[in-house]
Amino acid sequence: MSQCNAIIRPLVIDKFFASAQAALADLPNGATVMIGGFGNAGMPAALMDALIAQGARDLTIVNNNAGNGDTGLAALLKAKRVKKILCSFPRQADSWHFDALYRSGEIELELVPQGTLAERIRAAGAGVGGFYTPTAFGTKLAEGKETRRIGDRDFVLEYPIHADYALIKADRADRWGNLTYRKTARNFAPIMAAAAKCCVVQVRETVELGALDPEAIVTPGIFVKRVVKISASLQKAA
Amino acid sequence: MKKLDRNQMAARVARDIPDGSVVNLGIGLPTLVGDHLPKGREIILHSENGVLGVGPRPGPGQEDEDLINAGKEPVTLLSGGSYFHHADSFAMIRGRHLDFCVLGAFQVSTAGDLANWHTGGADAIPAVGGAMDLAVGAKKVLVMMEHLTKKGESKIVERCTYPLTGARCVNRIYTDLAVIDVKADGLHVVETVDGLSFEELQRLTGVPLKRMLTAA
Repeated sequence: MSQCNAIIRPLVIDKFFASAQAALADLPNGATVMIGGFGNAGMPAALMDALIAQGARDLTIVNNNAGNGDTGLAALLKAKRVKKILCSFPRQADSWHFDALYRSGEIELELVPQGTLAERIRAAGAGVGGFYTPTAFGTKLAEGKETRRIGDRDFVLEYPIHADYALIKADRADRWGNLTYRKTARNFAPIMAAAAKCCVVQVRETVELGALDPEAIVTPGIFVKRVVKISASLQKAA
Repeated sequence: MKKLDRNQMAARVARDIPDGSVVNLGIGLPTLVGDHLPKGREIILHSENGVLGVGPRPGPGQEDEDLINAGKEPVTLLSGGSYFHHADSFAMIRGRHLDFCVLGAFQVSTAGDLANWHTGGADAIPAVGGAMDLAVGAKKVLVMMEHLTKKGESKIVERCTYPLTGARCVNRIYTDLAVIDVKADGLHVVETVDGLSFEELQRLTGVPLKRMLTAA
């Protein structure tokens, strides 16, 4: 896997990249890529377009869904660049590209309950080796998994999900990579940022150091490697 | 007998949500409950995509694509509302901080097993979302569904034939025919719709039902 370091100039930490293309240039074939967003809220559309143009293949994707309509993740699926997807809710009215690949056996699906998906991502970023959750005990999604009775409840052992890259969308960033979000567009972004070796963020606005209220920073810059400002007109999927 | 329509079912569930509760409404039919919460009650709606204090639908032209509910529909935020990430959102669910969740269902068993995520069909694409977390996490799990399938079979069954969402997790079932509590000793009928006798409900349902001691 390629190195993923911010460009360090003398005495200056600057995570700003000039373009989405530059920020994803070293993403290799076979990478595991987390993609933020829940529906269109928080979907890093410009980064998705850049990933499609970049050409990396055999990707493992982590997202809540499996693509909607014909853009973003759906377009990446359509281009047959994804070998496996981990998600909680692939089947939707407009998930036709995933549906076709799944039915023809061209994509592997690991279906994960939504809260377990979130906690497995969180565990990776937090350095936790696994956790016991009551979710899915006694169901098909716990088949073959280790279980344990703790107190008066039954639990299922789940493992962290690590990623090579996380592609997320935030609202504002400074050059240290501190992030704020907008409303429910936050969803998976903070935990994915921490779970990936290289978190790439598209933001609406970049600001000077000190301009973000430290009390309001949601993702501290330590979890972020690269920041790309995408003008408002390009925030939506092409 | 007068079956309840979808809005009447939603209003019936809403009537039972007490003042001061924190509630998650599942996608689809349960979301309608939000439209029928009795005026004057302070109830906080949680949506698992990361919001507490979900308000009504925005007016035309007022939609914000960054402010949606778990069904990906545009919503508003009440004063006092808050946003948080997914791991925190499911900590609220799994950590037993929600008073109620309302879920749809394909089937509920006499033991309170819930099946609502997958028909198990070979060609069916499974999708689970947050249903399994809500089923084990909410303090009370309320199910809202039509009593009978389109073929007239009871959706309340001895054992679920569809894959389970959660085992022994349902507390109360609201259907278009009745309200039924799931208790350790079986199913207790709380009330039936106008014109439907206990005996007729028993005949339609198949599995053994008990009468509540107190008349509804």
